[in-house]
Amino acid sequence: MKRTDDYESRSAHLKALTDAELEARFWELANKLVDPMLQMGYEYTSPAVERSVLLRMGFSSLEAKEIVNGCVERRLISHGAGNVVYRLARARALSIRDAGLALCANEMWDDAEKLFEGGAK
Amino acid sequence: MNEYRLDPNKPIDVDEILKDLESYRPRRRGWTWRKPAPGLKLGPFTYRDCTEPLKRSTPLPPAHYFDNIDPQPAPVITTEIASGRFEDDIRRMRMAAHHGADHIMVIRTAGQSHFDGLIEGTPQGMGGVPITRKQVRAQRKALDMIEDEVGRPINYHSYVSGVAGPDIAVMFAEEGVNGVHQDPQYNVIYRNINMVRSFVDACESKKLIAWAGMAQIDGAHNANATAREAWKVMPELMVQHAINSIFSARVGVPKENICLSTVPPTATPAPCVYMDLPYAVALRELFHEYRMRAQMNTKYIEASTREATVTHVLNMFISKLTSADIQSTITPDEGRNVPWHIYNIEACDTAKQTLVGLDGLMEMVELKRDGYLREKARELKERAVLFMEEMLDMGGYFNAVEEGFFVDSGCYPERNGDGIVRKADGGIGAGTVFKRDADYMAPVTAHYGYNNAEQYGAEYRENPSALIGGCTLERPDKIIYIDELDDTDNVNVRMADVRDHKPGGELLRPEMEWLADGTVLLTMFFPAPRRIAEAAALEAAHKMNLTECEVINREVMHEQDGTRIEVKAKAPFSIRLSDLVIPEEPKVMGDDEIRAEIERRPMRVVCATIGQDEHSVGLREIIDIKHGGIEKYGIEVHYLGTSVPPEKLVNAAIELNADAVLASTIISHDDIHYKNIERIDRLAREMGVRDKLMFCAGGTQVTPELARAHGADEGFGRGTKGVHVATFLVERRRELEGI
Repeated sequence: MKRTDDYESRSAHLKALTDAELEARFWELANKLVDPMLQMGYEYTSPAVERSVLLRMGFSSLEAKEIVNGCVERRLISHGAGNVVYRLARARALSIRDAGLALCANEMWDDAEKLFEGGAK
Repeated sequence: MNEYRLDPNKPIDVDEILKDLESYRPRRRGWTWRKPAPGLKLGPFTYRDCTEPLKRSTPLPPAHYFDNIDPQPAPVITTEIASGRFEDDIRRMRMAAHHGADHIMVIRTAGQSHFDGLIEGTPQGMGGVPITRKQVRAQRKALDMIEDEVGRPINYHSYVSGVAGPDIAVMFAEEGVNGVHQDPQYNVIYRNINMVRSFVDACESKKLIAWAGMAQIDGAHNANATAREAWKVMPELMVQHAINSIFSARVGVPKENICLSTVPPTATPAPCVYMDLPYAVALRELFHEYRMRAQMNTKYIEASTREATVTHVLNMFISKLTSADIQSTITPDEGRNVPWHIYNIEACDTAKQTLVGLDGLMEMVELKRDGYLREKARELKERAVLFMEEMLDMGGYFNAVEEGFFVDSGCYPERNGDGIVRKADGGIGAGTVFKRDADYMAPVTAHYGYNNAEQYGAEYRENPSALIGGCTLERPDKIIYIDELDDTDNVNVRMADVRDHKPGGELLRPEMEWLADGTVLLTMFFPAPRRIAEAAALEAAHKMNLTECEVINREVMHEQDGTRIEVKAKAPFSIRLSDLVIPEEPKVMGDDEIRAEIERRPMRVVCATIGQDEHSVGLREIIDIKHGGIEKYGIEVHYLGTSVPPEKLVNAAIELNADAVLASTIISHDDIHYKNIERIDRLAREMGVRDKLMFCAGGTQVTPELARAHGADEGFGRGTKGVHVATFLVERRRELEGI
């Protein structure tokens, strides 16, 4: 878009605002702009978010990547990669770490999928 | 854990830092501000805006005139250290801390933003350092020791961005990193990472930043560095700051930890303060709940380090007139190479010097409440409000970015149609966000968004990591540490290559960034036009047997009459410590011992500034009792004044039956000062008094060796104190007495 500076006419409606009112307007608009992003962050996840969960669960970066890639391939990521490892550990009476390492070794993925009824919703 | 501690009298031992990293744990989390010390008294001065002094530090060059005081200004001072080899950066960090830096920022290697996961090990970087757990641990561990040495906490800082932001944020929270850059807009605009992914990831990253108490710095300054006419993006800069600030606050980062990265957008020869000050005022008014990280201008930096330094001083003048919680520094060589050790130190000193020099300024001056300054500030705020109004009219942030709203070179609402365009379904990582199912769960602390932990029991709702007995944030023993993944590209291989030059050992080689890199900098002037001077400078460097010679700065003094040239090159040799002849440090006797000697046998001294020299400051420092000069020991001093001919000085010594003459001489052409020293020696011999008359020569250009070679008993150069001269006189007299 190209436009010459129309600040004078465009800002007419702001002229009556006090400095405090202008500041309030500034933050009201900023809040509105970020509402959708905060909502999106609440409802969605990503491979990086899930890797960060697995790191916190005691997996190395290499292991976390393997597990998350497996979850994406099998459409399990929407349940949470940490949830996949957690449920598998519980179902197979394994430690969290052993359950995750099994997935890294490309084992027990079928079990994991069953635990989430096939994965996809 | 090994017991290595820094020894102030030894180089830092990087081998020791690298030991036992697998068991290292950071000593604290979170950001630390300096402690204000209003009314601080140091030496004869009272400071208004300074902070608690350091236990150990290197003061500014003239500090020896002021009892070596080293006042520390109010803002945290940042220096960016990232040469590509983190092991060499550790040594630079110690130097920077001693020069007043308490915020060490590590720039990431080129390409790390697009690396999908954590990098491990210690590969060498390009234009920065690959940020890895091992590298972070080693540097945080070194900084723990360095902060103990200087006596002030040091904040360690890097970047949480790219497609692995949350991964890095976790690692930083675990490893005690204190500050981060985090701004999803940076991903979108400058790294072409998908915008949806960037904001989803940013929520998680910011949650972790909040948990770890890190200070967060945004990325808005990049618009300033990218736009063609940087001052025109001021309204947009405020919008970028607003988006990241309020977004972060709503994720949970405390506002007092959210810092705006703000740069005075303009530089000389523009009337930059006139243009930048209203913007700085507007920003600080709108964002009074947040913190200011004042960065220096890089947009207009050229190869002249002097020019860059002046720009940076002007930037700090704006900081002082408004506010800066963190004063970042840009090295003055950034316009010509990846920063060298010495320029990090120069930048820290420039900040300290400027801010200390401006101490108390705002007690005397205030910004006007009306007129141009306020009108312009108001206008900028209105333009920013209009910017956001139009964004919302277009359907919000994503739509505005798709329309190329950002980094347009027009001063909003002016539009030049040259903004950066990104698509919501484009960029790296597009299509990689997934809607969480109703049973979505993450059994960890500091996780943002929907998390159905209560499906496993209501007690887990507030504490999901209890499901796994605590995550690494509560149980750091669960962290999996990877040492190295690459057998050839790692710190052990690099250090082995230069093992024979390890600091403190036998071999030395000039260095600018990496151990034994051999880099030297030559400054030359040629009475020739620029192109001839450049060629001549390279030829001169070759004749000095230097290699890899490159002109890195040229400044025209006059188009025909002369050019200043700076050349960087490699010195292809090493120096053996055992081959060096190092003159002994001047001896200093105790005050009481000197006094006792003068009481035993009084001493009379005749002194003057000789030749055509009206300078008397140096000599008066040596003799006057109020400067700690030799009078204080009871030595009888006869001062003859300035521009005294050598004959008069020798005659006075004879008349007064003096024990010694002190001749002061300052810089002169044709070595006149040495001719005058020879003349005094000869006159004293001709008059038959030289055997019993002690003769000292002094001055800023005098070296002891040359003074002795020209007939003085001793010479005293720059930095001499009365006690040095008194010690010599007392010892020399003992020798003459045969004691």
